[in-house]
Amino acid sequence: MSSSARSAATTPHEIVERALELSRADGCVVIADEESSANLRWAANALTTNGVTRGRTLTVIATVDGAQGTASGAVSRSAVTAEELEPLVRAAEAAARAAGPAEDARPLVAGGVPSADFTAPPAETSSDVFTAFAPALGEAFGTAAAGGRELYGFAHHYVTSTYLGSSTGLRLRHDQPSGTLEVNAKSPDLTRSAWAGRSTRDFADVDPLVLDAELAQRLAWAERKVELPAGRYETLLPPTAVADLLIYQLWSSGARDAAEGRTVFSRAGGGTRIGEKVAPLPLTLRSDPAEPGLEAAPFVIAHASGDDTSVFDNGLPLGPVDWVREGTLNQLLTSRHSAELTGVPLAPMVDNLVLDAGGTRSLEEMVAGTERGLLLTCLWYIREVDPATLLLTGLTRDGVYLVEGGEVTGAANNFRFNESPLDLMGRATEAGRTERTLPREWGDYFTRAATPALRIPDFNMSSVSQGV
Amino acid sequence: MPHEVDQSFVALPLRALADAALARARALGVEHADFRLERVRSASWRLRDARPAGASDVTDLGYAVRVVHGGAWGFAAGVDLTMDAAAKVAAQAVAMAKLSAKVIAAAAAHGGGSADAGGRVELADEPVHADRTWVSSYEVNPFDVPDGEKTGLLAEWSARLLAAEGVSHVDASLMTVQENKFYADTAGTSTTQQRVRLHPTLTAVSVDPAGDFDSMRTLAPPVGRGWEYLTGDTWDWAGELAAIPGLLAEKMRAPSVRAGRYDLVVDPSNLWLTIHESVGHATELDRALGYEAAYAGTSFATFDRLGTLKYGSAHMNVTGDRTAEHGLATVGFDDEGVAGQSWDLVRDGVLVGYQLDRRIARLTGFDRSNGCAYADSPGHVPVQRMANVSLQPAPDGPSTEELIGSVYDGIYVVGDRSWSIDMQRYNFQFTGQRFFRIEHGKLAGQLRDVAYQATTTDFWGSMAAVGGPQTYVLGGAFNCGKAQPGQVAAVSHGCPSALFRDVSILNTTQEAGR
Repeated sequence: MSSSARSAATTPHEIVERALELSRADGCVVIADEESSANLRWAANALTTNGVTRGRTLTVIATVDGAQGTASGAVSRSAVTAEELEPLVRAAEAAARAAGPAEDARPLVAGGVPSADFTAPPAETSSDVFTAFAPALGEAFGTAAAGGRELYGFAHHYVTSTYLGSSTGLRLRHDQPSGTLEVNAKSPDLTRSAWAGRSTRDFADVDPLVLDAELAQRLAWAERKVELPAGRYETLLPPTAVADLLIYQLWSSGARDAAEGRTVFSRAGGGTRIGEKVAPLPLTLRSDPAEPGLEAAPFVIAHASGDDTSVFDNGLPLGPVDWVREGTLNQLLTSRHSAELTGVPLAPMVDNLVLDAGGTRSLEEMVAGTERGLLLTCLWYIREVDPATLLLTGLTRDGVYLVEGGEVTGAANNFRFNESPLDLMGRATEAGRTERTLPREWGDYFTRAATPALRIPDFNMSSVSQGV
Repeated sequence: MPHEVDQSFVALPLRALADAALARARALGVEHADFRLERVRSASWRLRDARPAGASDVTDLGYAVRVVHGGAWGFAAGVDLTMDAAAKVAAQAVAMAKLSAKVIAAAAAHGGGSADAGGRVELADEPVHADRTWVSSYEVNPFDVPDGEKTGLLAEWSARLLAAEGVSHVDASLMTVQENKFYADTAGTSTTQQRVRLHPTLTAVSVDPAGDFDSMRTLAPPVGRGWEYLTGDTWDWAGELAAIPGLLAEKMRAPSVRAGRYDLVVDPSNLWLTIHESVGHATELDRALGYEAAYAGTSFATFDRLGTLKYGSAHMNVTGDRTAEHGLATVGFDDEGVAGQSWDLVRDGVLVGYQLDRRIARLTGFDRSNGCAYADSPGHVPVQRMANVSLQPAPDGPSTEELIGSVYDGIYVVGDRSWSIDMQRYNFQFTGQRFFRIEHGKLAGQLRDVAYQATTTDFWGSMAAVGGPQTYVLGGAFNCGKAQPGQVAAVSHGCPSALFRDVSILNTTQEAGR
């Protein structure tokens, strides 16, 4: 390549190639993330803000061999021009030299088949993704207003095209579209509130009018108010709530911390709890980059190392993994480094999560099968209280419905809960049909989930929340 | 010594890009347009048992154009630093405003909707601040310190802790940020700013042979200071590191708390977070009006209660402040060109003010915004974000020891850990790093498994005394989240020690059903 051609590197794959050429380190990984997004936000049946963005982030990971081991340095910059490439590569190399030997150092991943579309332009989104949705949203505003409802919410579509190249020959590319639709309906006096959310890849499969109709029914349920005290209640956790709790559990399931004795997955006296029965129901908690409708990156993309994430693993193929299999803890998160350290098999994070127990009943059918209990809408402000038990606290939000004799008979006040997801898996007496859901609490970071509703016989509602 | 704005930032084509964008916006008929070019460099280092465990160095550079067109907002962001690209982004922002108009029209055709939830978008007036420059207060920019020096210090501190009996593991981290912003708008304001902040933490973990474990983290808050925070005498690092192993060992042996109601003396290292959640967010007027209703929530402190809501006891005086030296939310000008200010939020226990941006200020009849607009990146629209919200000490108030001395049966709460509050900011639950039993006015050893749970106005209403200025500490966080798309902001909260009577204490082990 001529010098003039080099300076003209502008496409993502050209930038990756040029950065690799510039590298003087012993090893180099380059990740180009091309990002685009479009969003609409609304309150009280009217748009408040909206926007479109474009961005590019280039991450250079340099590895430097030394007598004491191999060091790594990772530097990321957005909006990198051709002239800024060399300073970025040198900065990564300098960071590696300053860092000293990396504990997680392993040979960079090599081999594999290059992605066929590695040289193709990035996928992108724009406000066009809302061409059909936006008028429908306006119609939903009108319908809601006519029905005495105020709609609040957010529609977000973003696409990231990731180009990953390495000095060991990797040339991988992944396009990740993500979309979320959240609609919150309130009565005009703000004393009744309901929520519905969907995840989507392209906004072709979501209809704000359908969500508004669903929310209208829930607001109608709330016309009868029931004051309930704190206590333990039979509770139907809907899929979004189950997803939120189990995503936190997944994030807390690093093998290294467990082996060191400092998580709920630690076995007293040493080692991990892998192999231990954690649920009487045949619950299987799994991730799979090829999960239909929830497709995620099929290889490791690591911009920085962490406890069970390693920049040296970039490009490592990802496959299906069962975190819990038929009620037994089967696997914890590992990088190559933490897998070797702990003896736990290799299982890096995959960006989706599925819980399945073979259940076939819908949430409505589970309600019909409930003599007396609570039906939740979603959970909010979930935070860890105690890592030893993985005790989480948080609140119910946007609708706690009292079920009596198989029917919703009214809406109760909100509650603060204190519960451990691992304990909930162990106490669940029924799992419904697995369905795609949008995690309410973690939807900013984790949108690809499919879970069933769970019946918990004694969910701990620790105190009453006045919030609506 | 005051620093200058980083010359590598000033050398960017700030004004040329702004002129191109604002000119295009004007030509397209906007009522208002602002241009913001940012470069935010965030670097962090993690050590695990004194060995490097990961580092990152991320620089986000780009710009945004926000417009009011036809009474509606439009926003777009880009990264190509050319005049044509900036003008194109301005046109995209106008197009987004027009998209809003389509939705508005569709809503109107079906019987609902308006130009905005509160009518056409208009902004409160602000004096023009032309060609203003502001730099935060620090001595040594952490980005001027070699990385090896940073990790070397963290490793040395980690090794000190690891060498102590009973310490099984040590996690150390350092986060540093340099934020540069250039702002210009169609009214003629243009500002160039630089802020530096950092947050070091060390956590010691103890694991006993029976499988029990616990941890204790340093209390040093994140600050708007430079590298001198780790090497100077602002914080007693040596003293805290020396004390942690003994405190952790005592905590491991401590009895589990008996759930019930206790008087609490809350240290500033814990109380800052309670202020953040129950006062800071609750007095954001956009929340109170419903603009965050679907996400972060609303507020019990509704606008109709301004001037009448009894928020807490007469000891409660809370200010919003964009000017506090070393504050994480301290700026010269906000992201709408509004100059930094200080004002009352709660006076003598009564709600008397809110946090505002220009849109919300005009909508609710305030003469002027108090400067709370902030975007965390060039790709995000400015939203109303928290100022430094601080509880004022009593001018001649007691020491922490004197507060403890006034408690017969209670708990002294130190350091933050877990936090959660409902979407209207009523019901909260907090834990901490260290809990000391108070018996007959004296500390009587640590307790474990403690959480306090209350309703905001009950809690602040139970505040029986606040400490004097000698107890005041500026705490804070790097990671306050709000808005959709989600944004994070750094914010400080100053407070003295304070005494609260008859607060509900939970035993977290019992809560877990054990």
